[in-house]
Amino acid sequence: MNERTAYTEFHPRWYRTRMSTWWWLKRPSYLAFILRELSSVFVAWFIVFTLLLVRAVGEGKEAYEGFLAWSSAPLVLALNVVTLFFVVFHAITWFNLAPQAMVVRLRGQRVPGFWIAAANYLAWTLVSALVAWLLLQ
Amino acid sequence: MAKRSIEPLLWLLFSAGGVLAALLLPILVLLFGLCFPLGWLAAPRHDHMLGVLRHPLTRLVLFILCTLSLFHWAHRFRYTLYDGLQAKHLNEVINLFCYGGAIVGSVVALCLLWQVP
Repeated sequence: MNERTAYTEFHPRWYRTRMSTWWWLKRPSYLAFILRELSSVFVAWFIVFTLLLVRAVGEGKEAYEGFLAWSSAPLVLALNVVTLFFVVFHAITWFNLAPQAMVVRLRGQRVPGFWIAAANYLAWTLVSALVAWLLLQ
Repeated sequence: MAKRSIEPLLWLLFSAGGVLAALLLPILVLLFGLCFPLGWLAAPRHDHMLGVLRHPLTRLVLFILCTLSLFHWAHRFRYTLYDGLQAKHLNEVINLFCYGGAIVGSVVALCLLWQVP
């Protein structure tokens, strides 16, 4: 209890209803919010996965092939299928939000949100194509 | 002098990490998580992977991707625990776990990327 409020005999108690731990199941928009928040866990997992890949490549051919075999184990594969869903969900929600976060002005006029989102999607396509080209040539 | 809050910096890291993760991770997950393991596409040979990883620019991009994505995770996960589980009373433990994890992960990323022959 706060010392400064101790003088009153009938100390008021805050009335705060306790929210259910499952509050985010009540509406689709709440669920979308929590899923977006949870996507970060899968982002972190894939960073760990990427670092294991880097280590394996650095260690040599055998380690790299061992890594590829490990990545096709059912559990890892299943985890990465879920990860793909979440990182795509993250990317789409992120790019759709970009117009709210970025205010771009061109000759004093605000660039419409549509074009900002479109530019983000274009960048996504180009980066993905570049990565695929680098790895698959 | 007014006490400066570190919050804007953390938000900046979160936001930059969000952009990089959104741009780079989907294609990487698609390729290394699904296409190569399932045999839809042939996985790159080891010498090719080594060639790609040897390039300083690849390592720089990967390092920035890892660091910022981890800080992105830390920031978002922190608020997931705050709001989702209403665990505000565990504030300090959560912060230590999230940002500490991101810092440790960044150091590990630096070491691993440095070690590539």
